[in-house]
Amino acid sequence: MTDVVHRAAPAPAIEDEPSRKRLALVASKGTLDQAYPPLILASTAVSLGWEAGIYFTFYGLDILHQDRFNKLKVASLANPAGPIQLPNLLGAVPGATAAATRVMKRWMNDARMPEVSEFLDMCRELGVRFFACSTTMGVMGIDESDLIEGCDIAGAAAFLDYAAGADVQLFV
Amino acid sequence: MTQTPITQTEITPAASLDCSGLLCPLPVYKTALALGNLQPGEVLELITTDPGALEDIPAMSRQRGDTVLAGEDRGSSQRFLIEKGTQT
Repeated sequence: MTDVVHRAAPAPAIEDEPSRKRLALVASKGTLDQAYPPLILASTAVSLGWEAGIYFTFYGLDILHQDRFNKLKVASLANPAGPIQLPNLLGAVPGATAAATRVMKRWMNDARMPEVSEFLDMCRELGVRFFACSTTMGVMGIDESDLIEGCDIAGAAAFLDYAAGADVQLFV
Repeated sequence: MTQTPITQTEITPAASLDCSGLLCPLPVYKTALALGNLQPGEVLELITTDPGALEDIPAMSRQRGDTVLAGEDRGSSQRFLIEKGTQT
């Protein structure tokens, strides 16, 4: 009889060294205006034939949240370059955030820019990887079932492992 | 980019894509999808109106390994002929 030693298989690397160029982004903001830049950059990268992955952390995780990605808002307070120009005192009044959000959505619509949900689909269609920050999920009480399909739940080490093989890394 | 007038009438595009009215990243994204349907060596005709395309399309081709055979700045629009490379 042979002793069989069961060893835990080594955890698979989240990604081997890429053969193509790679973009690694961190999306840390959960406002409508800040959801666009990482999605635009990632969808562009895959269009160039690169690999691309986005690590959604803290408020940025709302971009992957099924019930929230269509409800992202633009801050009317402390956002001097925002779509409505208000003194901060007025930016705090009820309805100001909704108004700023409406204006931003109208701008985007008039310019024929896709909505966040469409950008998410565009990214996934060309293979952008979505990493959901596991710490954010724990801190904010977000379950895997709350997220859109196809996300990799990952901690910082796993993302850094991915980002270490990237040619471009940006924090949004 | 160097503006090369399109005078070679012998180039027959295998496909044509009109991205008029679309801003970055849509022309690049749609061009990638369109090139995905072509064979290496086939040519895509692309029309854009985003001024950024004058830099974006050659940059995209460099990154992907395609070749911009011709690019024409027509003021309010741009026209490109892109030959799909073997790497993509």
